[in-house]
Amino acid sequence: MTDIARSASAASQSVFDSDWMIRVRRGSEALAIPIAALLVSALLFSIFLLALGKSPAQFYQLIWLGGFGTGFSWSNTLLRAAPVMLTALAVAIPARLGLTMIGGEGALVLGGFTAAAIAIPMIGGGAPIVMHVLMFAGALAVGAAWVGIAGALRQFRGVNETISTLLLSYIAIAIMNFFVEGALRDPADPNKPSTKALESVEMIGKLPGIDVHWGLVFAIVACVAVYVLMFRTTFGFACKIAGGNARAALAQGLPVGRLVIVATLIAGACAGMAGYFEIAAVHGKANASLASGYGFTGILVAFLARQHPLAIMPVAILFGGIAAAGGIIQRRMGLPDATVLLLQGLTFVVLLASETFYGRLTLFNPKARTDRT
Amino acid sequence: MTGMTSERRAIGLEAVKMRKVFGGLVALDDVSLKVPAGTFHALLGENGAGKSTLVKCIMGFYKPDGGQVLVDGRQSAIANPREAAEAGIGMVYQHFTLVPSLTGAENLVVSRPRGSQIIDWKTEHAALEEFLARMPFRAPLDKPVHMLSAGEKQKLEILKQLFLDQRFIILDEPTSVLTPDEADEVLGLLRGMTKRGDVTVLMITHKFREVQAFADDLTVLRKGGYAGSGKVSETSIDAMAKMMIGDTQIRERAARVAHKDAPVTLDIAGVCADADDGRAAVDGINLKIHAGEIVGIAGVSGNGQSALVEVLSGQRPMREGQLTIKGADFLPSRQSMAKYKVFGLPEEPLKNAAVPNMTVAENIAFRTFDQPPIAKLGWWLSAGPMRKRAQELIARYRVKTPSADAPIAALSGGNVQRAVLARELSSEVDVLIVANPCFGLDFASVEEIRAQIMDQRNRGAAVLLVSEDLDEILSLSDRVAVMSEGKIAYVEEIGKTDRATIGHHMAGHGH
Repeated sequence: MTDIARSASAASQSVFDSDWMIRVRRGSEALAIPIAALLVSALLFSIFLLALGKSPAQFYQLIWLGGFGTGFSWSNTLLRAAPVMLTALAVAIPARLGLTMIGGEGALVLGGFTAAAIAIPMIGGGAPIVMHVLMFAGALAVGAAWVGIAGALRQFRGVNETISTLLLSYIAIAIMNFFVEGALRDPADPNKPSTKALESVEMIGKLPGIDVHWGLVFAIVACVAVYVLMFRTTFGFACKIAGGNARAALAQGLPVGRLVIVATLIAGACAGMAGYFEIAAVHGKANASLASGYGFTGILVAFLARQHPLAIMPVAILFGGIAAAGGIIQRRMGLPDATVLLLQGLTFVVLLASETFYGRLTLFNPKARTDRT
Repeated sequence: MTGMTSERRAIGLEAVKMRKVFGGLVALDDVSLKVPAGTFHALLGENGAGKSTLVKCIMGFYKPDGGQVLVDGRQSAIANPREAAEAGIGMVYQHFTLVPSLTGAENLVVSRPRGSQIIDWKTEHAALEEFLARMPFRAPLDKPVHMLSAGEKQKLEILKQLFLDQRFIILDEPTSVLTPDEADEVLGLLRGMTKRGDVTVLMITHKFREVQAFADDLTVLRKGGYAGSGKVSETSIDAMAKMMIGDTQIRERAARVAHKDAPVTLDIAGVCADADDGRAAVDGINLKIHAGEIVGIAGVSGNGQSALVEVLSGQRPMREGQLTIKGADFLPSRQSMAKYKVFGLPEEPLKNAAVPNMTVAENIAFRTFDQPPIAKLGWWLSAGPMRKRAQELIARYRVKTPSADAPIAALSGGNVQRAVLARELSSEVDVLIVANPCFGLDFASVEEIRAQIMDQRNRGAAVLLVSEDLDEILSLSDRVAVMSEGKIAYVEEIGKTDRATIGHHMAGHGH
């Protein structure tokens, strides 16, 4: 540490290390490293494809085609991106408090199931607005409670939040299955066990001019709102202090426990909202396909976006596109649908490995050194 | 089992024209240092003077850009710490490097660079006993290290180096974690070993008292260069200080202003709190601190002082008792801290008072971010006023940082503490909770911080000063209290007591 003070004073004399330049350099680091990680994982995945005797060029071309090439594929992409944005927020908000919470899937499933369950007595009742307001509120409340439980366990009982959120996700899916296959199963539905479906006129409509539901608008608004909350308000600043150093936060009199609870409630509500839109705009009923992995993709998206709410939007769209291309890849290349999951998993591993480069590249840190004692 | 039976003797070491450049910065500018075998050598210098860099070049942590190291007169190319160990050079770091969950014996045995895959504990224990019998001091080997006191740990660190048969031992501020008695004991033992020619010691330190009491020779570095050297017996403290700081201005401390019949500001009544393991750490503390008074709390580390500070600063729940400030109930919430003007300077600020990866400006705003002008409407955060205020305070408190936007972890220890000082002391203060504020800091920073504490006292703040440095307590306090096993064992006006009496109460021999 001793030399740093002197390097610091030396640095202050250099034009290139002005406040402004330092911010630019740190910003470009946060952009360049995830992009490099994406490229590396694409490269690794190409090797995997070559080993299978498939053409990487064709694969990436099909991703482009299936995800972003046509108006139809864009709809498909955005349809998937919307819930992923919300589940990614469910990871990014606790991350601001230093918590690694991966329970978006559970909160989405249980929130969606709650919405579907609330709807049952009101289907065909002629008051769709009331029904949707109640469904929306129920989904958010249950989603919030589900992640909030993990927050409370962490804060008051010292339970590791990563493990508890992961396990709570499986419990959530089991709870949904229990009711869907039992008490709440719609006997009139000949297909797989489901709750009673909304009538098609009662579903949430599409956005004007594009084949995507209103969930996308809500997801974008949520990303911007969370950005403002976490980066531009005193609440967000207090969260950042508590996340960076809980002891220091306590010494400043900050209510660390309350911050953790509130942040995890907001996180869960975001994932619950994704569940609501899956029911109200996509499926119309709760069944096993509600647990389709959006919660887990959200983890990857949040990490790739460096837990930044605004960066989550483009990254979610990218992964929405990759997922949307799954079908066309299956048909044209004879690769299983799960191939894109492999690409996601690979990206996640490379991404975690790339974390080691932060603060160590001289390009972004003019005085990057390792002599901190 | 390497070397346990060998009879290696002290070795001498000479560093010639060592040079190290980081980027465009010369951290070490042709520095030479000569430590003859069997001597005790003190390496003095301010933070950033290059002491650590020099020592790390010797140990092979850094590859020097010039110069050479001679071990017993022979040129040695030490490329990494393992080669340093093979040459007989070992280092004891400022912070402990023992494994807390292992016992002393296990720590010693696993520290061997080329241990065998299978450990035969029976043989090892016998060998350790034989080793300890040859040592001038002991440390408990059967207890897990986390149960040892700081002094015992430090002794074990030194024993580890001797066990590894290192005969040139480098100590990096070894006494910063010890009480004065422990420091004197450990350094005295090492002094004895150098006199017998068993080891050679090179000690990095700030403390002139220790240099005078234990070292033979000294070398002083300043701003990366050689500033002087000589025999300790022929060098006065003034001369050492001059070599160290050059023409840097050291802040004069204001005289103690007398306060007559000052009212009680902080009243700590019957406070109890539990340690992390559920045992009582603070056990019924009663203490009244008046306006304009510094009450120093002395005690051997681990007798509840840290827990008391944690209770007062809201980091640890209070099980029983009552805190009152100017007659009103006080709980350490953000609102009450602001209302009653309670501030703190904790030990190890990066751990207790700052968020390392947040910027200097953000760290300086911790007390004020939820008040105007930084907070608008009570919740909207505006970065402009935050940076402006930070820049003012950085200038006023002379915090050396490349920018207000640099992460605070990039600053030296002294400058982190200055930034915290700027945050905590720049508004009106009624109660100040201070714990080991100068831990590991350089001369100028220490004087600056002590002067600031005295200023707050003179302005009428009630100051609680917990310190493991008895000199600090003796020079700052109006009253001294000694904590032992979670209780106040002794309270006295500073003029009516002395170091020896306080020391007896610290050791629990008060009655």
